[in-house]
Amino acid sequence: MKKTPLWIWQILLLIVLFAAWHILTAPGLVPNFFFENDDKAAFFFGEPLRIFKAIWLWFSEGEIYPHLWVTLQETVLAFGIGTVLGLGVGLWLGLSPLASKIADPYIKAANAMPRVILAPIFMVWFGLGIWSKVALGVTLVFFIVFFNVYQGVKEVSPVVLNNARMLGASQAQLLRHVYVPSATSWVFSSLHTSVGMAFVGAVVGEYLGSAKGVGYLIHQAEGTFDINTVFAGILVLTVFALLLDYAVTYAENRLLKWRPGQSETV
Amino acid sequence: MAVALSLQNISVTFTAPSGGVGYTAVRDTTLNIVDGEFVSIVGPTGCGKSTLLNIAAGLLKASSGAVSIFGEPLCGINTHAGYMFQTESLMPWRSALDNVIAGLQFRGVEKIAAAKQADAWLERVGLAGFGARYPHQLSGGMRKRVALAQMLILDPKIMLMDEPFSALDIQTRQLMENELLQLWEADKKSVLFITHDLEEAISLSDRVIVLSAGPATHPIGEFEIDLPRPRDVAEIRMTPRFLELHEQIWSAMKAEVLKGYQQTKNKLVI
Repeated sequence: MKKTPLWIWQILLLIVLFAAWHILTAPGLVPNFFFENDDKAAFFFGEPLRIFKAIWLWFSEGEIYPHLWVTLQETVLAFGIGTVLGLGVGLWLGLSPLASKIADPYIKAANAMPRVILAPIFMVWFGLGIWSKVALGVTLVFFIVFFNVYQGVKEVSPVVLNNARMLGASQAQLLRHVYVPSATSWVFSSLHTSVGMAFVGAVVGEYLGSAKGVGYLIHQAEGTFDINTVFAGILVLTVFALLLDYAVTYAENRLLKWRPGQSETV
Repeated sequence: MAVALSLQNISVTFTAPSGGVGYTAVRDTTLNIVDGEFVSIVGPTGCGKSTLLNIAAGLLKASSGAVSIFGEPLCGINTHAGYMFQTESLMPWRSALDNVIAGLQFRGVEKIAAAKQADAWLERVGLAGFGARYPHQLSGGMRKRVALAQMLILDPKIMLMDEPFSALDIQTRQLMENELLQLWEADKKSVLFITHDLEEAISLSDRVIVLSAGPATHPIGEFEIDLPRPRDVAEIRMTPRFLELHEQIWSAMKAEVLKGYQQTKNKLVI
């Protein structure tokens, strides 16, 4: 007997979930067992068919594209700026024991603070445009990258380092050819988390106050108790996040091909 | 003959973490290597052999004593020396070829010219066609060859080798030893070779120096190896002269090895 491919089961599970959702929420389909009113389930949980219709309308009429574009911009900018800052500060503190000792309690405090409460401050500083969301995303991405780079610099193999010195590398060349490549491999291992965090920063920022973006769409729909549109926004965001994750996996496989993977054969 | 590498009355004391009296790894060691000579240092484990090598390489500063290279006092990294490490020293994010050209690249040699030289060196160490592989795609013996090419491409006057083949299986090891001898005989460099394997030391060297057990290691014996060259490391081990030398050096070493063993054992008990 031939094995059924995994993805068929995965699709089936998705269909079952949506079917169950539909049956439990569509008014009049099954007798009431929890809510006293037929429409209440649909009011609280939305109806898949209407959700899909909302999504279809967004894409067919093109209303969603500028919002998606804004969210993507915020995510990419937050990721890029956060990574560069984390890499720079991580290298600096990793290579300078004194600076790292002085900064240690502050880094810990800044990381322990719930960053989302900074959103109102960023809004005052950077306005309702994309930059306040980028700033929020940066604070989330920065620490992930920073800790990884810091660790990466600390764990550069002393033998590889001494070998490079014996081969005649200057301080600057050591930084460029040993510390940075070693640290980047650590950055890449945290790539999935940091892209996810950049996305969270963007959407939460939009939700708290903006004029564009998918988070803004959700916030607006919520204001009018349009639960179907809220769910539509959530679904779009989920698919979007999945696509971002695939893009990251692709980049990772391209850039980290020097890493030992599972066994390889030609 | 000119002295290539000279260590004069070297002592090395590491500071204790608590700031008290530290650990003296090497005490009052004097060592001279003539240009083109192959010298091995043997000694019990943990006796400070690598410390001596790091001093010669300029990676470590001696607490007292002087190091001179071709008559010039050494300060900073020893630029006349190539160093082959005991453990993995290749940059894992660079292919074999990029690892071999690293030294030239650091010296500002143009990439194309460097790659051409590196190709030739990879061929000389028997790795033609493996340039694009990453270290994790090579076997342990192949990685050692890459490390050898990486060192030799810079044409160092002095080769410092810290148990370079100790991680290899015995067959690969003898192969590598023979190849090392061939490369060395082609353009005689000065070699300081560290090993805990007495047979390896005798079959490769012109001279074997025996170190005492640590702490405060110092040379306790020196033996000229008058075996004919060129040698085959596997065959030479069967000759009567080899066995005779082995016997002599081992009797000098034995007490120290036992002492070193007792010390490690006591440390474990504490």
